[in-house]
Amino acid sequence: MVEQTPKIGVRELRLSYGQHEVLHGISFEILRNEIFGIIGPAQSGKTSLLRAINRTLEFTAGARYSGSITVDGEEVGKVRNVYELRRKIGMVAPLPVGLPLTIYDNVAFAPRMGGIRQKGSIDDIVERCLRQAALWDEVKDRLHTLGTRLSGGQQQRLTIARALSHQPEILCLDEFSIAIDPVTTMRIEEVLKELRQQMTIILVTNLVQQARRLADRTMFLFEGDIIELDRSEVIFSNSPAQQKTYDYVNGIFG
Amino acid sequence: MFEATDQTRRKQRQESAIKYLLTTMTVIIVLPLLLIIFYLFYKAAPILSLEFLLENPIHGMRSGGIWAPLLGTIYLVLISLLIATPVGIFAAIYLNEYSRESWMTRVINLAVVNLAGVPSIVHALFGLGAFVLFAGIGRSILAASLTLAIMTLPVIIASTKEALAAVPHSFREACWNVGATRWQTIRNVVLPNSISGILTGVILQVSRAAGETAPVMFTGAVFFKAIQTGDPFAYGLLDQCMALSMHLFTISTQVPDVPDALTYGTAVVLLGVVLLFNALAILLRIKLRGKKKW
Repeated sequence: MVEQTPKIGVRELRLSYGQHEVLHGISFEILRNEIFGIIGPAQSGKTSLLRAINRTLEFTAGARYSGSITVDGEEVGKVRNVYELRRKIGMVAPLPVGLPLTIYDNVAFAPRMGGIRQKGSIDDIVERCLRQAALWDEVKDRLHTLGTRLSGGQQQRLTIARALSHQPEILCLDEFSIAIDPVTTMRIEEVLKELRQQMTIILVTNLVQQARRLADRTMFLFEGDIIELDRSEVIFSNSPAQQKTYDYVNGIFG
Repeated sequence: MFEATDQTRRKQRQESAIKYLLTTMTVIIVLPLLLIIFYLFYKAAPILSLEFLLENPIHGMRSGGIWAPLLGTIYLVLISLLIATPVGIFAAIYLNEYSRESWMTRVINLAVVNLAGVPSIVHALFGLGAFVLFAGIGRSILAASLTLAIMTLPVIIASTKEALAAVPHSFREACWNVGATRWQTIRNVVLPNSISGILTGVILQVSRAAGETAPVMFTGAVFFKAIQTGDPFAYGLLDQCMALSMHLFTISTQVPDVPDALTYGTAVVLLGVVLLFNALAILLRIKLRGKKKW
């Protein structure tokens, strides 16, 4: 079911902010069209990892990394067109960020910045993405009202629609359900199960159960090191390879 | 059940005492302002008319109107803003959006803050040295406007930076994440959401530029100069001009036997110009804040 060619390859990745190292040389691969779960307590370097992959880390003063990150075999640090790289990766942040624009413009933003001008094709993209994010039915009659007026859960789905609007091949969800209710979370999870046909999904989550429900493989990241990386059945079983994984998954610590 | 203890009553007494104190202080601030405005208008009432605005001073400035200084002030303010606004806004965008933390940017930021605190007389001397003498522009509207621009620039940079910084960082990250460049992000998201703050900062500098006497006195404003009445283009860029602030200084201290009403009338017009611009700033802010979208 899952094709066995890596979509993202990470080798010996060390990442630090100034003197403070947050990732201590981790290596792993993310396969094409899998849902890759990353679990681990706060401060274990999950968000920094995502920001290194789409190179938004470089907006943070003092952030550096060594080692290699490849997307489709290409070293991200050497990518000439960084904007193209970022468009290849859809990023959803923990707290919904509705841009202070209309719902329509929120989703149309990325295609427009990418140079698409025809109203017709933008209309199509907006509708497709809002449908994919399970938001279309709720907002189709008020596309030209402000995105920031939506409820928290709707805004998070708007954020997902925006992340899909530039047709990414990789979708990174960074604790996307932190600000939304369980019912909406379930709806988005359904959406993710469909999206995996078309893209690779990285699911960073604090909710152990969510990773168990969705992820094909799960990586347990703790204080900048990979404790364990295996198929989710193993990670969430009664006998993962590491005792620490068992303890974390079962709420004994963290 | 809800009975007040002694301690609660003491707190309530304290609460109302504080409230009265604060109210009194506020009234003390507002009262002088109202008195000044009322007194000025009262004393200037006999002379205020359209002719007063549109006639040159005559009879050694002891009668006539204030056309020449009024037009001079308008020229000085507009030209100085035309210079300072783009430079200030772009510099602030660079400092807030592009520059990285380094000793260089720290020095620049420190310089901006300190320049904002330099007294206007020092700016005046700088303008005299740099523009009038060194650059050879001579005493002129251009030199005076440049001096006013230098004076207002640091405050415009500071207020613009503040307005930009008020736009949540998460908006920028959201834009970068979808592959927008820095400038696309600034142009489409940051600027539309900070423009009200930026413009307010700029317009508040108008009143400063209009009111300052020292910088223009050294660099381009003259004691007396008659110009064609009714012609808004009566001054050239390299002409010297009259200015309201300096005119007020002249007729109240340098020229004997000026009728009171004339002096007060000039003060009213100067105040009017400043208040007009401030009111504009407030209106603009209300209008643009209504559009603020988060």
